[in-house]
Amino acid sequence: MRVAGKGLLAGARPVTFSFDGVRYRGLEGDTLASALLANGVRLVGRSFKYHRPRGVLTAGSEEPNALLTIGRGAGQEPNVRATVQEIYDGLEARSQNRWPSLGFDLLSVNDLAAPFLGAGFYYKTFMWPKSFWEKVYEPLIRRSAGLGALSREANPDRYEKAFAFCDVLVIGGGPAGLMAALAAGRAGADVILADEDARMGGRALAESWEIGGRSAHLWVDDVLAELAAMENVRLMPRTCVVGAYDQGTYGALERVGQHLPRSGSARPVECFWRIVARRAVLAAGALERPVAFRNNDRPGIMMAGAVRAYLNRWGVAPGRRVAVFGNNDDAHRTARDLVAAGVHVAGLIDSRHDAPRARDFRVWRGAVVCDSAGRKGLENITIRTARGKEKLQADCLAMSGGWNPSVHLACHMNGRPVWRRDIAAFVPLPGAVPGLEAVGAANGAFSTAACLREGAEAGARAAEALGFGAAVPDLPEAEDDPCRIAPLWSVPGRGRAWLDFQNDVTVKDVKQAAAENFRSVEHMKRYTTQGMATDQGKNSNVAALAVLADATGRSIPETGTTTFRPPYSPVSIAALGAGAQGKGFAPERFSTSHAASVEHGAPMIEAGLWYRPSYFPKPGETHWRQSCDREVRMVREAVGVCDVSTLGKIDLQGPDVGAFLDFVYTNTFSTLKVGRVRYGLMLREDGFVMDDGTCARLGENRWLMTTTTAAAGEVMRHLEWVHQALRPDLDLRFVSVTEQWAQFAVAGPKARELLNGLLDAPLAQADWPFMACGAVSVLGVRGRLFRISFSGEQGYEIAVPARFGDSLFRELVARAEALGGGPYGMEALNVLRIEKGFITHAEIHGRTTAYDIGMQGMVSEKKDCIGKTLSQRAGLMDPDRERLVGLKPVGAVKQITAGAHLFNRGEAPVRVNDQGYVTSVGFSPTLGHMIGLAFLRRGPERIGEVVRLVDHLRGIDTECEVVNPVFYDPEGGRMRG
Amino acid sequence: MRIPCPICGERDRREFYYKGAAVALDRPGPDAGEAAWDAYVYLRENPAGRTRELWYHEGGCGAWLVVTRDTVSHEIFGAELAGEADV
Amino acid sequence: MAELIAKTPCEGLLPLTVGGVSLTEENPGVMTVVAPFRGREAALAQAMRAAHGVAFPAPNRSAVRAGARAIWFGRGQALLVGPEPDPSLAEHAALTDQSDAWALVRIEGERVEDVLARLVPVDLRVRLFKRGHTARTLIGHMAGSVTRVGPRAFQLIVFRSMAATLVHEVRTAMEAIAARGVLEG
Repeated sequence: MRVAGKGLLAGARPVTFSFDGVRYRGLEGDTLASALLANGVRLVGRSFKYHRPRGVLTAGSEEPNALLTIGRGAGQEPNVRATVQEIYDGLEARSQNRWPSLGFDLLSVNDLAAPFLGAGFYYKTFMWPKSFWEKVYEPLIRRSAGLGALSREANPDRYEKAFAFCDVLVIGGGPAGLMAALAAGRAGADVILADEDARMGGRALAESWEIGGRSAHLWVDDVLAELAAMENVRLMPRTCVVGAYDQGTYGALERVGQHLPRSGSARPVECFWRIVARRAVLAAGALERPVAFRNNDRPGIMMAGAVRAYLNRWGVAPGRRVAVFGNNDDAHRTARDLVAAGVHVAGLIDSRHDAPRARDFRVWRGAVVCDSAGRKGLENITIRTARGKEKLQADCLAMSGGWNPSVHLACHMNGRPVWRRDIAAFVPLPGAVPGLEAVGAANGAFSTAACLREGAEAGARAAEALGFGAAVPDLPEAEDDPCRIAPLWSVPGRGRAWLDFQNDVTVKDVKQAAAENFRSVEHMKRYTTQGMATDQGKNSNVAALAVLADATGRSIPETGTTTFRPPYSPVSIAALGAGAQGKGFAPERFSTSHAASVEHGAPMIEAGLWYRPSYFPKPGETHWRQSCDREVRMVREAVGVCDVSTLGKIDLQGPDVGAFLDFVYTNTFSTLKVGRVRYGLMLREDGFVMDDGTCARLGENRWLMTTTTAAAGEVMRHLEWVHQALRPDLDLRFVSVTEQWAQFAVAGPKARELLNGLLDAPLAQADWPFMACGAVSVLGVRGRLFRISFSGEQGYEIAVPARFGDSLFRELVARAEALGGGPYGMEALNVLRIEKGFITHAEIHGRTTAYDIGMQGMVSEKKDCIGKTLSQRAGLMDPDRERLVGLKPVGAVKQITAGAHLFNRGEAPVRVNDQGYVTSVGFSPTLGHMIGLAFLRRGPERIGEVVRLVDHLRGIDTECEVVNPVFYDPEGGRMRG
Repeated sequence: MRIPCPICGERDRREFYYKGAAVALDRPGPDAGEAAWDAYVYLRENPAGRTRELWYHEGGCGAWLVVTRDTVSHEIFGAELAGEADV
Repeated sequence: MAELIAKTPCEGLLPLTVGGVSLTEENPGVMTVVAPFRGREAALAQAMRAAHGVAFPAPNRSAVRAGARAIWFGRGQALLVGPEPDPSLAEHAALTDQSDAWALVRIEGERVEDVLARLVPVDLRVRLFKRGHTARTLIGHMAGSVTRVGPRAFQLIVFRSMAATLVHEVRTAMEAIAARGVLEG
């Protein structure tokens, strides 16, 4: 309920929201948690394993209990922390992990079965019978696992990612962080101040103390105003820095639109930032830790600091009759603040015998809370003193076991935190993250004055280290109370005392783990699941390891912590993958003929990043095979046009190009005459084939290499490697010109006729023999012509600057159609090349050698080249290897499929009998049957033999004859004609 | 992770392509023998500590680099152009 | 007589303005990659200065003189934009025509740096990345070139074939920034 006159929301606009279908009112500036507490709602969820009723525990992002589902339909988001989610008009929140309702949850029977569900239950129970695992146990576990559920629909919301750079990154906007930002900002450094809260100020908003002689929040306002006015300071509220990475890179998640209705606009819900900072100040504060006692997880039992935050910041009293339980002086603040606000304090139970006394409320010294009771919410607690037990009525218990500095980011690069006995807490190891300094509560400095001082000094130090003339700002006056604490991790006694609220791990579970010899903290964690929920055990890990230390007779530092890994706070996959859905997944590369191909009705298929036409359907064609067969015949009988611009093209210039090509290709290029083209094969250094293609000599010192579409990037990288690292002595330069030229294959008996209509000077047969190249003028445009063929027909490739590509393609297609031809797509291109036995990356797939594809003769004896030495290893020249052959069907089933395996006739089609496999197949309209390329053991020696072909996946079992891989025009007369 | 490209300055790791140990700079002659070639192509140390690696600034200037870094601390000591690096 | 018709890389895609940031295609004329041969850097710089008024740019820099721009374009490479390269350059450098290879766009507006922060992993703060500074880097998933051409203006260059993706990526970032603007204003 709201407390009149308390909090910082005075005059705020009312907001209406709903929880489990009930409408409530809150104020702008409320979190869902503060608004629910203001409305007296205590029960907000059910626990993960035992389905125990749970309420709000904290007031921050560490919240383990109050996880809700926000929104409906495709955009619904599960496991949203009510302590982080700001309310807005129309916000719809629902509780999770309950059925049929939050109040009456059938799976709460698990709680009654608790004696059987302790640590290791799953490991011990679901062992036998083995056959039960897949059908019974796994579905059962899956159904009961997890808290919220996904919508299972595509997420309609937008997310984004972004980069930011600064001199000093300040993580956390509490008193320490504000002073650090102020010091660095005044010095002139570029500062980013990131705070996970919507409103900066940290504990200064949650406490009743003063800074500089007035309310702390007023001091915060002034500092923020000064920072906002500095051009070199960037304030990033709602931004949680979640990870510290190498070389000053930090990951941060910004809630951009999560506090607003999903409007369907372009506004992102979240932004994942990669912030690069030369220095960082970790001012992330500290998290209060609970005390484990029997039934300490009842709704109404909260962290003491959270109770103060709800009271002082949001003006909400989480109970009418509040008890406080602690082991430190800080807990006493809670009682004092409540009394001052007019809330009844039932009493304060302090485990220390020397605890301070108080006038306004009763203090039980040297006492502990050992149990709680109440249906769906706290009604009373049991206090144990030296004299015995007594019950105390309370609807809220504020507990404090001390504070754990938020050391997480300082440990993300493997640095382990250091135990400080005086404050009973771990603090960061200085220097564990290069360039990062922890200050304030994150560094174990718990008084406000110490926070201000450490922040100011670290901010100035960071700026100064970067060359900015910095001064430590004047420090405002603030409380400087010592931290007085006596460790209390768990209250001895019977029953279950909770450590990890989110994963339902109790003191008993940790002790059991120790008893079963899971003594390492990492083993205990995995055996009990302590700290493995989405909150990563932020408020429970230290207590759990303290219990483990006790159970194993070691000290806390000896026991050590588990490994801290990013992210500090949950990050949605949507934010990490932002922008990568749909068209954002990868760049799309469109060749210049794309629009014309689409106009022709061609289905476009992906070839790497490129889009290429599959086939060009004509009216009346209902199946792709009809189009493909027609296009193949068209090329064989008339003329076809195909865009080949996607092949990699590299312009090489300089006196040493010839020598360079001799070194990267297996065959010799330095002897190639100007105006001629040669086919070349490239190996990797391990002797396997990397790529193939043609290389044209355009001038004395100028060459044009082509690569396959698939390997263009890899070849460029390889050439740079060879030149820069292995042969820097060679004087040449090379540049990719793939994008500069639109290039089209024109193939078929009528190819020359077609081109002569376009070229400003007709082609003289004698000047343009097979494998010639040179400059031409195409309708007044300077172009290039290459007499090369991938189809086996008389073929040319004509290139013009890309701006003319669209126009030339349309012109070529129109003229081809007039000659009885037309465009052809990838399907026909594939059939044409298989008919000729030409290879693609289906054959040179990374495990084949020049020997395997019958090109060992292309590895020149006269010179060294990349891959030559290892290609001649005995194992790679073994005649028993699988080598390239052609296949034609002779069995009852006239089918060949790519991926099918080959076996000897009469042998079982099992692995040990494997003789090879099929790489490429197509129906040859020229030959009237299926044809295939395959790799077969001792293949070239077995021409004429019939082998068994089995495709286990497609259920095909037939026979094929092994044939020469060149099915069509093996002499090449058509190509040269 | 950020790599100090000697040409472009410090850049995010995403701009770079990784090749492996800088051993690849020391290409044996064609007649160096099987052991030398085996070592060159296949055998690699797996050091816990300082290591020299080849990175290609593919999303940047296109330079091949030798980057010296520590596999334990992740500290990067520097980068030099592959063509100028000691073998 | 038929005639070949030229198309620009971004034809039909631009111009575009969202939230006060505009994206327009530039028509640069001739673009040539100039790459000096071994030991010819100084001679090339001199020839370029004599012929075009701009020297070969230092890494990460560009220069403009009377219609000619020289943009550093990678290890030992510059992109000469504007004029046909003078034949005297060919003596010292490999010259490769790239007039049709790249899509060039200009992005300009009050929040241009915020838009680019969504796409470019490089520090573009004006204190460090001044007018004329250039970087070969990534633009989204695309390798490209980014040059500051004004206090609130940049030139972006990507492969011609990726023009549509460039426009898509920039538009998405512009829309998100514009939507935030409404939110904050």
